[in-house]
Amino acid sequence: MNNNLERVYNGLIKENPTFILMLGMCPTLAVTTSAINGVGMGLSTTVVLILSNMLISMLRKIIPDKVRVPAFIVIVASFVTIVQFLVQGFIPSLYASLGIYIPLIVVNCIILGRAESYASKNPIVPSIFDGVGMGLGFTFGLTCIGIIREIIGAGTIFNVKMTELREMMGTGAGIGIGVVILAVGVILIAWGAMSLRKNGTAPVKIVAIAVGIVLVLLAVVALLGQLYTPVTLIGLAPGAFFVLAVLVAIMNMVRESAEKKGRPLPAAQGCLAGDCASCGQSAACGKAPAAQKKDEA
Amino acid sequence: MKELILIAIGSAIVNNVVLSQFLGLCPFLGVSKKVNTAAGMGGAVIFVLTLASFVTSVIYKFILYPKFDYLQTIVFILVIAALVQFVEMFLKKAMPPLYNSLGVYLPLITTNCAVLGIALKNVQNDYGILASVVNGLATAVGFTIAIVIMAGIREKIEFNNIPKPFRGSAIVLVTAGLMAIAFFGFSGVI
Repeated sequence: MNNNLERVYNGLIKENPTFILMLGMCPTLAVTTSAINGVGMGLSTTVVLILSNMLISMLRKIIPDKVRVPAFIVIVASFVTIVQFLVQGFIPSLYASLGIYIPLIVVNCIILGRAESYASKNPIVPSIFDGVGMGLGFTFGLTCIGIIREIIGAGTIFNVKMTELREMMGTGAGIGIGVVILAVGVILIAWGAMSLRKNGTAPVKIVAIAVGIVLVLLAVVALLGQLYTPVTLIGLAPGAFFVLAVLVAIMNMVRESAEKKGRPLPAAQGCLAGDCASCGQSAACGKAPAAQKKDEA
Repeated sequence: MKELILIAIGSAIVNNVVLSQFLGLCPFLGVSKKVNTAAGMGGAVIFVLTLASFVTSVIYKFILYPKFDYLQTIVFILVIAALVQFVEMFLKKAMPPLYNSLGVYLPLITTNCAVLGIALKNVQNDYGILASVVNGLATAVGFTIAIVIMAGIREKIEFNNIPKPFRGSAIVLVTAGLMAIAFFGFSGVI
């Protein structure tokens, strides 16, 4: 049991796919226009990840090594199709806003990466929990980015206007709650940043900082109320790149300080790190550096 | 004819595959260090995406359409993976010069979500076979435009003094964001 909880912690915090491993950046950029999209996409991916991890782990002794990647792809694609129809049938509004990105879960690096690096080598129960952890970690990352982009870009959170939120709570109490949230956010950021400086890193501090940033943004926009003009650009395509660039830059700083303290974070694995070694299709991707070397020669 | 031109302009420039749909980001960030490499990648993508659009839309129209269209995701991903392998082997045997210039990029494309994305989009938008091919070709041209421009900018960025945390992929993402703003200007064209 302990081991299973450790898998969940590992996926959610220690090797968070969005913040630390930086995997699955295509959906991260594309669907985080609002918080609800982030949650929807994250949970759909989680379901696929749990089911495919489970089945791949069950079949790990049957699938011959040579055809394992195509076999994994077929398994993942089947579950993606099931999830796609479920979302289409039960949550049509989410299906409309996610559209083509639901079937594209098939080519999400996280899923094949976990299949290749964990589920194909471990028994069923830990594999399921690995899927739960990684999936929830991805959901957490997407939701955070979605909330940030939605607050800045539209002045709403989960489609509720911030000004309405304040009116609902009564002006006086609303301001009070806003100030409290602001304080909590600032404390979280300060605690995270201070202890990052002092004694290297635990990834949990990065998560604390992310939550802190969300809370501070929430409080500031809510307190400003009518005065706040949404920066629509952040909600549109270019904003996605800028938000991700800031995230990468912050993580670069964290990484550097972690290395100085001698407790390096797990390396980023996605395309942002310039290689797809974790991708399950690493055999194919390995030729990318070869292509570049050939050109430089 | 007018419709095809609209599709072509729409997918090449207005809804650029990388900058507004976020498909194919991996090669866009990974293979855009030099203009030559980027152009090679672009060429390979044009080749594969056009071919894959044709093959998938034929399969969809004649095999999957009335009864089995729920299988599209599974069938498409397998067909694309097999197709890329086949193209690689074919080029190696039949056209060594072309293989020498495109070959190294081909395996990279299997996992490129743009290929699967476009195949699914063709189905979603009810494009016929010809329209699918045009859409695939135009999308790939859009990808090539974006990646070559990006590589040109990156070659110049090398000489700049960038704040340390932004070195590497962060500055590339900022550049991509600025390019996306520029491509936004096209959105009134259609």
